[in-house]
Amino acid sequence: MSDLETTERVLPSNAPGEDVAFEILGDGDFPTAEMSLSIGPAHPATHGVFRIVLDLDGERVRGARPVIGYMHRGFEKLAEYRDYRQIAALTNRHDWLSGFCNELGVAIAVESMLELEVPDRAQWIRMLMAEWNRILNHLMFIGSYALELGAITPMFYAFREREDIQHLMESATGGRLHFTYNQPGGVKIDLPKGFLKRSAEISKVTRERFDDYVDLVLGNEIFQGRTVGVGPLPQDVALSLGITGPTLHATGIAEDSRVTEPYLKYGDIDVEVPLGENGDAFDRFYVLLHRIRASLDIIDQIHDHMPAGPVNSKLPKMVKAPEGAIYVRTENPLGQLGYWLESDGGRTPWRFKMRTPSFSNVQAIPYLMQGALLPDAISILGSVFFVVGDIDR
Amino acid sequence: MGLMDQVELPQPVKYVFNWGRKYSLWCFNFGLACCAIEFIAASTSRHDFIRHGVIPFAHGPRQADLLVVSGTLTDKMAPAVKRLYEEMPEPKYVISFGSCANCGGPYWDSYSVTKGVDQIIPVDVYVPGCPPRPEALLDGIIALQHRIQNESLKDRIAGRRQDPITLGADAPLALEEGA
Repeated sequence: MSDLETTERVLPSNAPGEDVAFEILGDGDFPTAEMSLSIGPAHPATHGVFRIVLDLDGERVRGARPVIGYMHRGFEKLAEYRDYRQIAALTNRHDWLSGFCNELGVAIAVESMLELEVPDRAQWIRMLMAEWNRILNHLMFIGSYALELGAITPMFYAFREREDIQHLMESATGGRLHFTYNQPGGVKIDLPKGFLKRSAEISKVTRERFDDYVDLVLGNEIFQGRTVGVGPLPQDVALSLGITGPTLHATGIAEDSRVTEPYLKYGDIDVEVPLGENGDAFDRFYVLLHRIRASLDIIDQIHDHMPAGPVNSKLPKMVKAPEGAIYVRTENPLGQLGYWLESDGGRTPWRFKMRTPSFSNVQAIPYLMQGALLPDAISILGSVFFVVGDIDR
Repeated sequence: MGLMDQVELPQPVKYVFNWGRKYSLWCFNFGLACCAIEFIAASTSRHDFIRHGVIPFAHGPRQADLLVVSGTLTDKMAPAVKRLYEEMPEPKYVISFGSCANCGGPYWDSYSVTKGVDQIIPVDVYVPGCPPRPEALLDGIIALQHRIQNESLKDRIAGRRQDPITLGADAPLALEEGA
């Protein structure tokens, strides 16, 4: 890089037409000037309306400043005006790619406050749906990340599977993206007839097609060239920024609340956490892709365990949580999701605080962008998997 | 546009002209939130709106005929949408995709959400749902194409817009006049 401290003044020469004096910045090696480049808020690589301002020196990124708030919808305040059943319809919309996993957190929080006993079958159904939703989420990112790097085909492959899985989940819940299937004390209705058979079929097909993704994307030389060694995240930085999910697993830390602090029935089955080594963009994508396989393994185990019985428990007409507060954390597809629910005994929460994974994960972006090349900026931005609604709430 | 905004085209010319326009709608997707995912689902192989002549590869608003606003519009985002709409050349069409873009949706009482994209730009078709199914978007596109087939380009360029279509409420009517 050129040293911008030194300047050279060039006087007009005697040649006709050259009568302007100008200055050359830098030591004459390769003159660059600083500029700031605003990406977004409407940019295809930002999955929504995320804006990032890059300070550039030539092609080198000197600093990056994320500008958030374009999708701020005031969930935390709105939750104070919805009763305990209605919150589920709000929470499955903040991270719109993992609706089921979001509402799961609320349901667990309300149940813990009410000290409700949840039937076994409901818990296994919840796990099954949560894992399918996790796969849906990861498939979307596989498609979109490859799209950002210039490959359009993986998107079509990813949506082939997504449509199948969405159709499966729709048959039980009635929703394609936002399910609102949970309610305090269980799930809304039992699984339809033949659901588990169909679920097993799709699990088998997805597992067969999983190798396609590995060959198509991970094995692609161009993809490797764009991602290997790009934006490495050290373990200590990841921990100090509170990063969770695939971005943390890529650095080699196996912190996953399904394993370390099991909720529902995750304690009864084996949960594999795929890990990376270097924490670069390739490893982050590698972990994301292999989490699909891990989720399929979990789904197959759930099929073997699924008990018979009731799926929900009797609730009073008006659910009123007793006075007190609770913090519930669940493993969302993108990382650790925490809900702080505080009640004053009324019919709506007194305070509802969200700790969303994307919000913490994007804080790594300024660190990762420092010193990167501009063409790598999109590669880094896409590899820190985030959903804008999950950042801004 | 030359003569086209001055005189009414003769009926046969108008028919062919509008037929060409309705099957080459270059679409600019303003993906804001959840509905953008369903928009992508509508563009991929299962639903595939490209077979209806909607081309989702407009490089920017200046190359687009159709703006699909899919998702929640917040007050902070509203100036950007307004600006992108103004960058589009006439004749331009807007599909408001999803309850949030129609009226604020589940955030009707939020302090930071614009209650409907029609507060800042004129809308041609409202597609209800939270989020609407991809089939609903196809329905909206076809309703819009019927409208394009029958409209007068002169009026359109002069800014005389017809009343918006609301799918579910008056879509059959729109199809009737198109048939």
